[in-house]
Amino acid sequence: MQHVSIVGTGSAPVGEHYTRTLEDLALEALSAALQDIAPALDLSHIKGLYVANAMGEVLAWQAHLGAFLANAAGLSGIEAFRVEAAGASGGVALRQATLAVAAGVADLVAVVGIEKATDRLQGYQELGMALATDSSFEAEHGITLTAQWAMLMRRYLHQYGYTADVFAPFPVNAHANGRNNPHALYRFGINAEKYRKATQVASPLNMLDCATLADGAAVVLLASEGLARELGGNYVRIAGSGLATDTLALHARSQPLLLDAARRSVDQALGQAHLTRADIDVLELTDPHGIAAALALESCGFVEAGQAPAYAAEGQITPTGNTPIATAGGYKARGDVGGATGVYQIVELVRQLCGEAGPAQVARAQVALAQCLGGVGSTAVTHILVAPEKGV
Amino acid sequence: MNLAKHWRQKGTYYLFQGQRHKTTGEIRFPARPPMLGERADDWLPTVLSGKGEIYSFTVLRQAATEFESATPFALALIRLAEGPMITAQLTDCAEEDLFIGQPVEMVTRLLRRPTDKDGVLVYGYKFRPVLSSPS
Repeated sequence: MQHVSIVGTGSAPVGEHYTRTLEDLALEALSAALQDIAPALDLSHIKGLYVANAMGEVLAWQAHLGAFLANAAGLSGIEAFRVEAAGASGGVALRQATLAVAAGVADLVAVVGIEKATDRLQGYQELGMALATDSSFEAEHGITLTAQWAMLMRRYLHQYGYTADVFAPFPVNAHANGRNNPHALYRFGINAEKYRKATQVASPLNMLDCATLADGAAVVLLASEGLARELGGNYVRIAGSGLATDTLALHARSQPLLLDAARRSVDQALGQAHLTRADIDVLELTDPHGIAAALALESCGFVEAGQAPAYAAEGQITPTGNTPIATAGGYKARGDVGGATGVYQIVELVRQLCGEAGPAQVARAQVALAQCLGGVGSTAVTHILVAPEKGV
Repeated sequence: MNLAKHWRQKGTYYLFQGQRHKTTGEIRFPARPPMLGERADDWLPTVLSGKGEIYSFTVLRQAATEFESATPFALALIRLAEGPMITAQLTDCAEEDLFIGQPVEMVTRLLRRPTDKDGVLVYGYKFRPVLSSPS
């Protein structure tokens, strides 16, 4: 794959933005990203708009977001379309934009992750997310994504002989890191004691182990190698990209605790980057619950099956550990921004690779892995990012 | 709104009908159209026993809009006696009595009340703990 550079990033604060519109949030993130390429380049140089959005029809009452946002940005006329792959939408849009630049079709494109979730009440939010399941045989029976992760958590506890509080280190780490992210939804710490006492949402998952869906927008500007050179900067590059799918229905899998698409997408992305798991310094995963992070770490080969809680308890998932995750708060503290999540992850990891992550900075971070899942791993997208100074 | 969609599933929802492969005997549920490379008559309709056991379960307190009035309710992944696993609600049970590996049986129940003007009552399969063991 030809080199693709990330020449600009921007995001809006994740939150319940009752006073703001979908396009308002998207344009805030786009404006912030454009500052990174000014004054050499401006809006008029963008040749494509790849819009990631998971639930526009159900929650924002707006479809056709490519033309919608191109028009809102003053870019009417350019190629623009919306990518939907449930919670993996952001990663899929990034991949499509990357492929377009790598193929030489465009030398500067924008990936816009946008989710406007809080115009509807919680029941509709749960419905919007549940439609990522096999609706006739899952959502129609009352299942939600949270309920699916809860059942995997209970099975995991049963299989490995744990109690629910072993998952506390995951949200504790996410909240500790989210305190330092000005765009995070929740900027306060929690502890294992609060975790133990939290109200049940979908047993055995409690409120402090469930991410909150919120509004957000994030933008990544991708440039060809030639344009990046003209810009004169040293940029984070996308070194590998992988996408895989699994059964839509969770119950149709022979091993429900194995996120097979997640594993395959990592293998593809690392293979393309000519890197190994040992090269990864920092990760962002789909971690709306501790069990989701644990299954991703185990399925993707970073931790042995059944060992993720112990690994987290050792502090290995914190910014000073061997496998730092959720360094900007993850789903739990940054917030679950639906189809925008995969784009937020890139914004956050670019900050890590540029040494700008503040107290959550991972020392000497050179290689980062971003993974987002649609549903419970029915779609998995993984990207490998490398720091400017790393010659790969 | 989804009247036709529910009607198409009448064999699955009401009869608990799946498919049996005519040569291997493998059972699949729910029934599905022939996959690419399969012949239309490779899989024949078959009514399943409705017996199974709990693979895992949860009691949900934050549900999607059509189910909010029913919370809290129990959901399970159920390994059917014939092999396939399915997702279904549990009924006639208390949370503290549920456990992984528990034998359950299928019953036909109202899945949810109508939420829009069509007034459709959606019935289908739920599962309950087996009331008495065969002796």
